[in-house]
Amino acid sequence: MLLIRCPYCEQDLPELEFAYAGEAHIARPQDPSKLTDEEWRDYLFIRSNPRGHHFERWRHINGCARFFNAVRETVSDRFLLTYRAGEPRPDISGLTGGSE
Amino acid sequence: MNAMNGSLAPPTITELPPTTRISLRTADPAAVASALGIKLPVKVGVRAAAGVRTALCLGPDEWLLEVPEAESAMLAAALADLAGRMPLSAVEISDREVTLALAGRAVLDLLATGCPRDLARMPVGSGARTLFDTAQVVLTREGEDRFHLTVRRSYAPHVRALLHIAVRELEIGL
Repeated sequence: MLLIRCPYCEQDLPELEFAYAGEAHIARPQDPSKLTDEEWRDYLFIRSNPRGHHFERWRHINGCARFFNAVRETVSDRFLLTYRAGEPRPDISGLTGGSE
Repeated sequence: MNAMNGSLAPPTITELPPTTRISLRTADPAAVASALGIKLPVKVGVRAAAGVRTALCLGPDEWLLEVPEAESAMLAAALADLAGRMPLSAVEISDREVTLALAGRAVLDLLATGCPRDLARMPVGSGARTLFDTAQVVLTREGEDRFHLTVRRSYAPHVRALLHIAVRELEIGL
């Protein structure tokens, strides 16, 4: 089982306590009525789906119940970093590990 | 692997009498703490006690208050007064859950049958919301080999049945 570090509980806790909540850092448009159908479609449905480092939201649903963000290597399934919701996208160029 | 547990007395499971539980959410724990006369710890998992009243921090802005039923009205009045002066959510959830007291030398083995957390690392006097099988529970560690497991009433028969099976397994040394 994966151990995921919750940035609010400050502990490595079992994956079963967490729920995945989609890609992170996708801001809702300020005025959706001004968007074209294509822009609105892109906001709703189009995701980056990278092979490698993925910024994503998780929720510690069976714990402190908070949403937070994580950087996960999608090939090895390793978590490189977790950080609190609302914090800016971190620079991950210095992080090693991940693809194996 | 756990053969040595066969020689130990199996853990006991006891349902505790009702107590008053309040789910408290606030952004300003210090103000609430001074009004209620009980500290609200700000670190998740830490529990503060003032006499028989306890406050367990379940999340960054969420606490579980437990007081004896006799103090229920007093606490409700204090919270209602406070809620008039600051944003606050206090919901009485006394009847939502039942608490099972688990005790015995093999209590960690018993809980490991359903809980994914490493409970051996949980300090005595702390607590956390976690899972037992598929049911959300609040576990508090009351002593080295004593835990309280608080589970929603409707999940209680399921959790209790699993615990009894596990106790039976520990008893016969499986």
